[in-house]
Amino acid sequence: MCLAIPVEVIEILDGDMAIVNCGGIQKTIATTLVDAVEVGDFVILHVGFALTKLNKANAYKTIDLLNGVMGDSCDS
Amino acid sequence: MRFIEEFRNQAIAKKWINKIHQQVKSGRRYRLMEFCGGHTHVIHRYGINNLLPDAIDMIHGPGCPVCVLSIERIDKAIALANTPNVILCTYADMMRVPGTKQASLLKAKAKGAEVRMVYSVEDALQIARNNIQKEVVFFAIGFETTTPATAVAILRAKAEKLTNFTVFCNHVLTPVAMEALLVHSQDKAQLNGFIGPAHVSVITGSNAYQSVATQYQKPIVIAGFEPLDMLQAISWLVAMIDQGEVGVKNQYIRAVTEKGNLKAQDLIDEVLCLRAQFEWRGLGHIPNSGLALKSQYQQFDAEHRFDIQVSKSAEHKACRCADILCGEIKPKDCALFGLACTPENPLGACMVSSEGACAASYAYETSSIT
Amino acid sequence: MIKTSAKLSMVNGTIDMSHGAGGRAMTQLIQQLFLQCFDNTYLRQANDGVLLPRSNKRLMMATDSYVVSPLFFPGGNIGELAVNGTINDLAVGGAVPKYLSVGFILEEGFPLSDLKKIVTSMADAAKRSGVFIVTGDTKVVEKNSVDGVFINTTGIGELDDEVTLPQAPQVGDKIIINGDVGDHGVAILAHRENLSFATTIASDTAALSGLIAAMLAAAPGIRCMRDPTRGGVSAVMNEWAEQYHTCFLLNEAAIPTKMAVQSACELMGLDVLHLANEGKVIAVCPHEQIEPLLSVMRAHPLGKKASIIGDVVDEVHPGVLMTSCVGGRRLVDWVSGEPLPRIC
Repeated sequence: MCLAIPVEVIEILDGDMAIVNCGGIQKTIATTLVDAVEVGDFVILHVGFALTKLNKANAYKTIDLLNGVMGDSCDS
Repeated sequence: MRFIEEFRNQAIAKKWINKIHQQVKSGRRYRLMEFCGGHTHVIHRYGINNLLPDAIDMIHGPGCPVCVLSIERIDKAIALANTPNVILCTYADMMRVPGTKQASLLKAKAKGAEVRMVYSVEDALQIARNNIQKEVVFFAIGFETTTPATAVAILRAKAEKLTNFTVFCNHVLTPVAMEALLVHSQDKAQLNGFIGPAHVSVITGSNAYQSVATQYQKPIVIAGFEPLDMLQAISWLVAMIDQGEVGVKNQYIRAVTEKGNLKAQDLIDEVLCLRAQFEWRGLGHIPNSGLALKSQYQQFDAEHRFDIQVSKSAEHKACRCADILCGEIKPKDCALFGLACTPENPLGACMVSSEGACAASYAYETSSIT
Repeated sequence: MIKTSAKLSMVNGTIDMSHGAGGRAMTQLIQQLFLQCFDNTYLRQANDGVLLPRSNKRLMMATDSYVVSPLFFPGGNIGELAVNGTINDLAVGGAVPKYLSVGFILEEGFPLSDLKKIVTSMADAAKRSGVFIVTGDTKVVEKNSVDGVFINTTGIGELDDEVTLPQAPQVGDKIIINGDVGDHGVAILAHRENLSFATTIASDTAALSGLIAAMLAAAPGIRCMRDPTRGGVSAVMNEWAEQYHTCFLLNEAAIPTKMAVQSACELMGLDVLHLANEGKVIAVCPHEQIEPLLSVMRAHPLGKKASIIGDVVDEVHPGVLMTSCVGGRRLVDWVSGEPLPRIC
């Protein structure tokens, strides 16, 4: 229910902070809620906090399933 | 925008819509509730409703923390804003929500109360650091997605020994609310299944909904926030309903795991505890559904620091937000909708929040102009 | 003996109440700043009312007040907005902008160095458009009564006889815009106190009179034009829908926006159609003239990303609809209040 979007980590800062990029906008956010964030990771951003790392492998899996359409079933 | 645009592809959307049209059994109705206000917003923003077959009814649920906050709590926030020497910091979503007699934080600000809109609770902490002589109160709202941020802020305030920062805590819990909804509206709303929240589930994990699904024998599919996510989830939900399948499935695998974000859950447990009960607009008083600060953090609790007095809180008499939030009626069934109650002059919370069923319907639905 | 004016300190000086009091201090300010920067034959008349040349054309007048905060933002400042904005109000009506008046309301304590930057920008903007600032007024108010400076500009333009704007849109007409949507709105929001993010988005403030003259020459049948400032594209479309009882169907995928603007909207939960633009014009054009119009716009520096964003359609009820990027249809409503970021 909560406006949150995937953003790319481009720099790690001290004190559980990071700089992220989303389509050309950069923001400084808190990474307190997520462990071991690295440059290149994508995180889900909500109210200035990273909620979790985006699982890229699963993201591509979902994209493939979406593109596959007729062959998709919720048991995959 | 990576990992966003791939989920908005029009050609793929068309294929999924066709699939859903082929899936639905003739003569059958599918009443699906998207619990989360964010999903309500997606449906309306992309015009998904009018792409789905008529057999599918998307019912808007109470998963909008702005909409379900009781009028008494809003009155208290306004009272805090009007307290001398207080700076009330709030997410913008709450600025125009009407309290008793159509008061609001925006109106209080216009009359001279110090109300500041913040994007993040960190902004509120910064205001506290910059205004030592003032009392800074953070109006905390939201489901599990937003709660961890508040917990982190309280721990930061403690570490920095801030003495002028408190939180007016109104965080609420989702699975409990889902259960209360099913109890409250069992016969009236006749729900066949749920689209489960995306980012609440990032924190709680998909396991959090298992008991609701099993106890009430409903299928729940957790969906991401992009239009293709929702279409895939709707397709899965229709299939589960047709097969008589109950339980929880996760479409949003790129962000939601079974157990959720344990670190966030621990931080919440450290700072916050369950209230015996909490009042929800539409659902009444629900036990164990709201959070308050633990006693060892009471120096950061606005309800401990301030004696917040409000006179009798009352909704607008003809407001039907409560019934709309439970999916029992649609916005256009409310006599006030679009006439006395509009986004410019909202009489109830459902018309203010952009996720509220009424605001979304008014702003996005073509049927509101016919 | 004639007393010579002491020089104002433009670098370190500030506005005080005497600068609005009608006495020597005010005259100093007018002579050393406003007249210096805006200098032209009309201002040199030095009377309360300026005498303008006779015109045998129809006259159009437009006024607007500028209260933007912050005063300085990427791409411009309040002064440029004040000049370009009123020029555009005239230009979209088909008039050739000729003369502007300027009224300043200054806050006590406002730095003269900032005022000079603003006034210089205004002079430059007026010069670029061939418009004269011919008369003005200055008031000073107590501290905290205004946010630094408020500016009003009123403009007069002339309409050639062959200009027939505005006309009601007709079913089958196309809707065209000259470029990216939402730049100004995002540039401003990025610099507001509580929304801290680094972005290269700059305000698109620009005078559109040159572009619009070229548009009318290429497509004299243009029905109506407007600049989508406060309230954004949705405000213009809804105003027309009400005024002419028409229905418009926009195509979301065709609306040009910069990636960073889209991202800012996603991050803050804003609708790009509600955001202000200061260098954009929307026109409704008969379909048979749309190709020459598009060519001419794209050949102009302010129209390189000109795009057809929708159609006038035949529906029972007036309003503004949009086909979303996934093919669904939804209403495009006015913005309610000011666009505020949201968390939900």
